[in-house]
Amino acid sequence: MAFSSWTEVISMGGYGFYVWLSFGISLAALAALMVHGILTRRSLQQQSKQQQQRQQRLARRKQQERSR
Amino acid sequence: MWRWLHPYAKGEASYRLLGRWLPWLTGSAVLTMMVGLIWGLFYAPPDYQQGDSYRIIYIHVPAAIFSMGTYTAMAIAALIALVWQIRTAEWAIAAIAPVGAVLTFIALFTGAVWGKPMWGTWWEWDARLTSQLILLFLYLGVIALYHAFSDSRTGAKAAGILALVGVVNVPIIHYSVYWWNTLHQGATITKFEKPSMATSMLIPLLICLLGFALMTAAFICQRLRNEILRQELHRDWAQQELN
Repeated sequence: MAFSSWTEVISMGGYGFYVWLSFGISLAALAALMVHGILTRRSLQQQSKQQQQRQQRLARRKQQERSR
Repeated sequence: MWRWLHPYAKGEASYRLLGRWLPWLTGSAVLTMMVGLIWGLFYAPPDYQQGDSYRIIYIHVPAAIFSMGTYTAMAIAALIALVWQIRTAEWAIAAIAPVGAVLTFIALFTGAVWGKPMWGTWWEWDARLTSQLILLFLYLGVIALYHAFSDSRTGAKAAGILALVGVVNVPIIHYSVYWWNTLHQGATITKFEKPSMATSMLIPLLICLLGFALMTAAFICQRLRNEILRQELHRDWAQQELN
């Protein structure tokens, strides 16, 4: 360990603002990238569900027309 | 020789292969990143000149190296897409570009935040910094072009051409510190001689490099899987996968 206390860790020898700002923003950017990937998959799931419902509706309508 | 590669031109085969890789890549990436960053932040000794500010190196250098590495990978995918018209390669362009853009942003941002206490300025129009900024614009251009056309194949072709033309920027970034008098320092580890860094600082940096490599691969896997599903949404296997 290069530091002897938590206050030293936070102050980073006077460079605390710069070190923690770069680590914070970098991790936030990576987290945003990950969340975006997960949300994309979720929206694809929704699209797929809508597509299936549309197909089922069409199939039902076709059947109704045939029975008429 | 390349026969084994042929089935992966099909979306579903690639999707399944990436799905097998993804959990391993994610797990090992999280583990190595945590070890590398915690080691770098708390256990590596402070620099005799820069004090503790140098710890930014543990994200700055891996992000910068892989921002160029992913660009090269994207350009190779673009070449394959343009020459052999393989759709998986076209989708790989779309999967790689956002990951590269985020890495480039991180390299630029941490560089600015490191530059402020060490050089006394957030930004300087110096060769290394400017060429890295151009890399960010190239990534954003590739993303924009890919999505700019209602026909996704036209978009992929346009984005692929930009990615290929832009690859000339990669060696410019790497050699900018030798070709011009820049504020940015020369290479510390990406050279053939002995790295100019103490072992106690170098080991966590190498771990961070490995962690960033695994993380980049995991992100590309995740995004390529999404893109394959998006393009094949009308097919039965994709519908089944999403339900």
